[in-house]
Amino acid sequence: MISLTSPVETWAHRIPAGVKLLALSALTVALFLTDRPGVLALALLAILALYLSAGLAFAGQGLRHLRMLWPFLLLIALWHGLTGQAQAGAAIALRLLAALALANFVTMTTRLTDMIAVLTWLLAPLRRLGLPTRTIELAIAMVLRFTPMLVENGQRLALSWRARSRKRPGWRIVVPMAALALDDADHVAEALRARGGILNDIPDGRD
Amino acid sequence: MERNMTRIALFAALIAALGLIPSLTLAFGVPITAQSMGVMLAGAILGAKRGALAVLLFMALVALGLPLLAGGRGGLGAFVAPTSGFFIGWPVAAFVTGLIVERWRSGPLALTVTLASVIGGIVVMYAFGIVGMSIALKKTLAECAALVTAFIPGDIIKAVLTGLITQALARSRPASILSRP
Repeated sequence: MISLTSPVETWAHRIPAGVKLLALSALTVALFLTDRPGVLALALLAILALYLSAGLAFAGQGLRHLRMLWPFLLLIALWHGLTGQAQAGAAIALRLLAALALANFVTMTTRLTDMIAVLTWLLAPLRRLGLPTRTIELAIAMVLRFTPMLVENGQRLALSWRARSRKRPGWRIVVPMAALALDDADHVAEALRARGGILNDIPDGRD
Repeated sequence: MERNMTRIALFAALIAALGLIPSLTLAFGVPITAQSMGVMLAGAILGAKRGALAVLLFMALVALGLPLLAGGRGGLGAFVAPTSGFFIGWPVAAFVTGLIVERWRSGPLALTVTLASVIGGIVVMYAFGIVGMSIALKKTLAECAALVTAFIPGDIIKAVLTGLITQALARSRPASILSRP
């Protein structure tokens, strides 16, 4: 499965993921604390500079991720244009753009393995409390493997539907899809148990 | 233990797979997808706790940067968009749906699941979504509620389908309805 990390290597890829996530949290809170359009415009310009420093191809890719905001920007423009509160409207629009662009920047410049490392670190206190955090890591790997498998199952079911009916396969296809998924889940559970189960923790460094 | 865990992982994957079914984006960029039906199904079939865990697992993968949301969206941006309230409300929606199916044993399964999905997957999810929108867009709750009413009919259809699908699964795989052991 392809993650949203940018294939374009940038300087930001080399910053530790934890530092980026901490900075993102602090800056997002800061964005929501101010209502002054001037400050927010400066913040958006700074984020734009961040994107451009990583190259034009990277910036273009980042811009495409912001397209989902246009209906909201249009709505705000209409609303605040009609009520005459242009300043408040500008602040809201700038904040929407800045917050989403900043979050996307961190996602685009952090590899999946680095993100998983941060998650593992965050889960460490739970491990000390005796919770099986290995289960969570195993579950993540399983979802990554199962998703394309389920999509494949769905496509195969749609094909066999089309071979028998002129109508398009609709929601009905979800029933066999879910039934197959449940069967597969049980097979995998049996396979895991046959291999010693998931609670039989392997000591660190030997797995 | 293994069985619970693989089912939770499989349902997280099912929510992801449902997001790949072509979706319709109506006004205001809120995509109408089968994905929120996956949330209802997770609660209705796995029950409150496991359903919520399946949704949380899915959300963790989105946060890690995987494009699993409908339309290939994902990453940390999924948590700061104007529609993020809906997404953040997903685990609670699955939990409430599952809780109602677990507790209300008297009615026919399809009807119970449909009503549970309406309460969990629509009332609870919209409550989160509307609060999230009002924070992002700085509009009152009533104004935001008016903006999203257009999506309620589509979600009612999804709740009915969740009821029918759960009933069909209860017939073909009676042991799979963990919310009704």
